[in-house]
This record gives sequence, C-alpha cells and structure tokens, in this order.
Amino acid sequence: MKEVELNTTTINFGPQHPAAHGVLRLVVELEGEVVQRAEPHIGLLHRGTEKLIEYKTYLQAVPYFDRLDYVSPMCQEHAFALATENLLGINVPERAKYIRVIFAEITRILNHLLNIPAYAADIGAVTPFLWCFEEREKLLEFHEAVSGARFHAAYFRPGGVHQDMPEGMEEKLFEHFKTLPKFIDDLESLLTNNRILRQRSVDIGIISKSEAIEWGCSGPVLRSAGVAWDLRRSQPYDAYDQVDFEVPVGKNGDCFDRYLVRLEEMRQSINIINQCLNKIKPGPISIEDNKITPPKRNQMKKSMEALIHHFKLFTEGYRVPAGQVYSAVEAPKGEFGVYLVSDGSSKPYRCKIRAPGFAHLQTLDHLSKGHLMADIAAILGSLDIVFGEIDR
Amino acid sequence: MIKILTKIDGINNFLENNNLLEIEFEKNNIIKIFNELKDNTELNFNQLLDITAVDYPSREFRFDLIYILQSLTKNKKIILKTFIKENENIESITNIHKSADWYERECYDLFGIEFINHPDLRRIMTDYNFEGYPLRKDFPLTGHTEVRYDDLEKKVIYEPVKLTQEFRNFDSESPWEGMENKLFGDDKSTGEN
Repeated sequence: MKEVELNTTTINFGPQHPAAHGVLRLVVELEGEVVQRAEPHIGLLHRGTEKLIEYKTYLQAVPYFDRLDYVSPMCQEHAFALATENLLGINVPERAKYIRVIFAEITRILNHLLNIPAYAADIGAVTPFLWCFEEREKLLEFHEAVSGARFHAAYFRPGGVHQDMPEGMEEKLFEHFKTLPKFIDDLESLLTNNRILRQRSVDIGIISKSEAIEWGCSGPVLRSAGVAWDLRRSQPYDAYDQVDFEVPVGKNGDCFDRYLVRLEEMRQSINIINQCLNKIKPGPISIEDNKITPPKRNQMKKSMEALIHHFKLFTEGYRVPAGQVYSAVEAPKGEFGVYLVSDGSSKPYRCKIRAPGFAHLQTLDHLSKGHLMADIAAILGSLDIVFGEIDR
Repeated sequence: MIKILTKIDGINNFLENNNLLEIEFEKNNIIKIFNELKDNTELNFNQLLDITAVDYPSREFRFDLIYILQSLTKNKKIILKTFIKENENIESITNIHKSADWYERECYDLFGIEFINHPDLRRIMTDYNFEGYPLRKDFPLTGHTEVRYDDLEKKVIYEPVKLTQEFRNFDSESPWEGMENKLFGDDKSTGEN
C-alpha cells in the first residue's frame, strides 16, 4: 500500500470579510475542507476605551459605552449607570427604572432584529435582512424620540435617564408593539422551517451545558445549551423584579437553538415592554440631587445656585466615593459587566468592561473543530459577534 | 457560605455587599483556592467571568489582580483579589477555568503581568509588534507610535506620535472644599451643627 501524507492548508480569513461581522482575522488550518484549528486574531478595532475612560469624568464616560456594542447601545450604558449608582449609593426613581427597562428591551429587540437576519444572510437568506432593517428603523425612531440620537443615545445616565419620554410616547409604543408580534411571526415563517436554514444550522457548533459554563458563555449562547440562566431573573436590577416573563431555553446548544432562543426572547421583550407600559406612572426621571444630575435649563436662567451646579457638573463632574463594584446586566448578547474602581475623585480610577462576546469568540476554535470551512460563517453568526465590544 | 470560605487556606479579608462577596487571597495558594471554590458543592463557583488588574504605580505591590467568579447554582458573584509586584508572575488558572485563557492574555497584554504555565501567552488586543503595556498608569494616553499610509513607500508606516497641539488634561478638580464648621481657635466647638 502506498503511504499517503495528509497535508493541512493554513488559510487566512479576514480581517475584511462580510461573514466576519466586523474586523476579525482568523487563521484557519484545514485538512481538505475540514477545520482542524481556527484561531481568532482580535484587537483590530481596539480603541483603548478603558484607558480613555480613566481620563474622563463619569458623565463623559457614558457615550463610550454606546460605541462598544454598537447594535445594542442602551444596555451597556445601563451597566455603567448601575455601577456608578452603586458606588454613589443612590436609588433612581421608579419612573426612571421603568423607562430604562422599556428601552433596554427595545434595544434587545433591535439587537436580535439585526443578528437573526445577519445570521440568515450568512447562510444564504437575503429577504429577512431587508425586512428587519425596516422594523429596526421604526424602533430606532423611539430611540431618537427620547434621546435625539438613533444609536449613540447617551440616554441612561448615573442617577436616572437624561430626559422624560415625550408626551404621547406611551401610546405610540403601545400601538407599535401591537403590530410587532405579527412581524416576528412572519419572520419565523420565513426561517424556522426553511430547509436551507435547518441544514446549515442544526447540529452545527454544538456546545454542551458544562462547556458553556466553563467557557464563560452567557446570554442566548448559555441558554441555548439548556441552562436557564438570565440575570434579569436571577439578579434583577431596576424594574425587572416587577415584571413577569419567561426565559427561553434550548436543548442542543447548536446554531439552530441559538437562533430559536433569540426569536423567543424578542416575544418576551414585547411582553415585558407591555407590562412596563401598564405600570409606569408619572414622576421624576432622575434623582433630584443637583450634586449629581444637572438642573433643568429654565432653572439655570433664574437661579444662581442652579447655574453653579451646572458649571461644576460639566467641568469637574461629581465625585464618587472611593471603592469598587462589579455591576452586570443581561445585555442582548449576554452578561455585560462593568468593574469600576473609584479613588474618590471625579474620574474613574479603573473601568474594566466585561464583554460577553469576548468569552463567546474564545469558544470558536472549540466549536468549529471538525466542521466544514463554510460552517465557520454560521457559527460566527450564531454567536452574535460584534467587534466594538470584543476589542473595546 | 462565608463560614466555608473562611476555612480555605490563604484567604484573608472578607467583605460582603449586596449580592457580591469580596475576598483577598495569597497568590501562592491560587491553584488550591480556585480548585476549592469550583469543586466544593457548597460553593460551586463554576463560571469565571473576568480577570483584570488595577495599577497603583506608587505601591510596592503594584498591581491588584482581580478575578470575578460566578456560581450559577448558588446565584452568587465573588471578587477575588491578590497583590502582585511589578516583575512578579502568577500561576495560570487555565487548567481550572478554560475561559481564563484569553482573560489572562488580555491582562498580560495590557498590564504586563505574566502567567506561568499559560498555554499560549501572547498579546491579544494590541497591534502586532506592539511595545509597552497600555493600561499601566505610566503609559501615556496618546501612546508612543502612530501609523499612516505613506504614498511613496506604498505601505503603512509607524512613526513616533506627533501632536499638532499639546495633549491637554484639564484638572478642573477644585482643592477648595468649602469651609469647615469649626472656626480657627474655637476649641469648644464639636464641629457639628
């Protein structure tokens, strides 16, 4: 018998590749078409956010969080706001809590409305992409209505939210979320029983329960493996203990389950938003302490003290008592945490950002081993990778 | 839970606030402590969330090394902290928690803390051939090099940072904290009113 020597081919994937969801460089070692090793090289979008925050006041740090995971901006501001509030030892008013929950859930729907069709596009379906962008645009109008910006909102601030929802917003939200479930059903009818989608995603990139925990996975990736773990449920923050919702869990932990979990999460988000809209009452939207939240513009014109507060807040900023805290929220991609160290000055001494995608991307080598090269695109898409937060 | 924790060797300080436990430990016992935290069924801290460091250049033990663990069964988070000198290294925990791999690489990249027995300790965030440790406090915010595309050489080149305007770091913090309630020379006052 002739001895055959097997040759592995090493190829370079990215840093510019439509299926890489950003700037990811992968070094892939292939045997034929079968992946032996997939090594992500990250950091091509590293902007030094953590270092920059050390040179900014707490308020100036907020917009950096929009730019981390740029498809779900408000959830990240949420983590930072919670961490700062924890150090300051303040409690935000009821209305602010509900507004935050409503917009965190809108952001979750926004994120999944991008991830699901992008994933579908990666494995061959183009229509959902166009459909979902239309829906996203409608939701972004709500973002714009409250904060003035479609994406980089800087809306959740330590002490509450920046401004109250405009008049009639509750009704508009309510009306909109009457129509959205129909859209999600339509979206599902396009995808869930689609033969191509199933062939490309069922049993691809399986992660078991114990592996998912060990690799530090969270969010839909962890839940798809069958672990019913949701920070909104287990460690509720803001008004999440006031609402009732279900946590969807998968069975197999493959790409298809991750897709299904995200789809169901959107329905649960609509449910949460509707409950919040029923419970929300008029009231203050941020703590009424001008040492932390700036006074209203019309007060500033009349009151000397308000003017001084405004000046001090936007030059020096507020001082935060020394200490450290780790606050985490259930961002659409998983557990997004902020480890904040204060030395008692008005600038964070250290702000470590725990991005869920960082842990998820780490599993890529493990998930793609033994699969075909084309499955890497499917696995990447199903992990919901966004480089803004991974590279920071 | 605290009772069980106090029995583990090498753990020093406890602090509990809200849902969070904070612990200081000695770095020589790291493997033993992390194994115990993971395997003890009463604790079951099975998920490593993050590893990070904080730089205090003026201290002898320059870095605080911070591990954040989570127990999914007990619904608890714990922050473990240890102190490290500048050129010291610490045992890697990749054998206990797989996810430590990239977290330790990140720590090495940004702070220059070395982890012994790490399978693949390379830079992760910064550019290829990067020098220095960006998150140390003595590393300038602007960095040392900048890149641009050179039209003559037809490639991207690295050169020292040139700032057209000097970097300005405004110190708007006022040293003035207002007047104390105690007047100079007034010994009888308690300082409270």
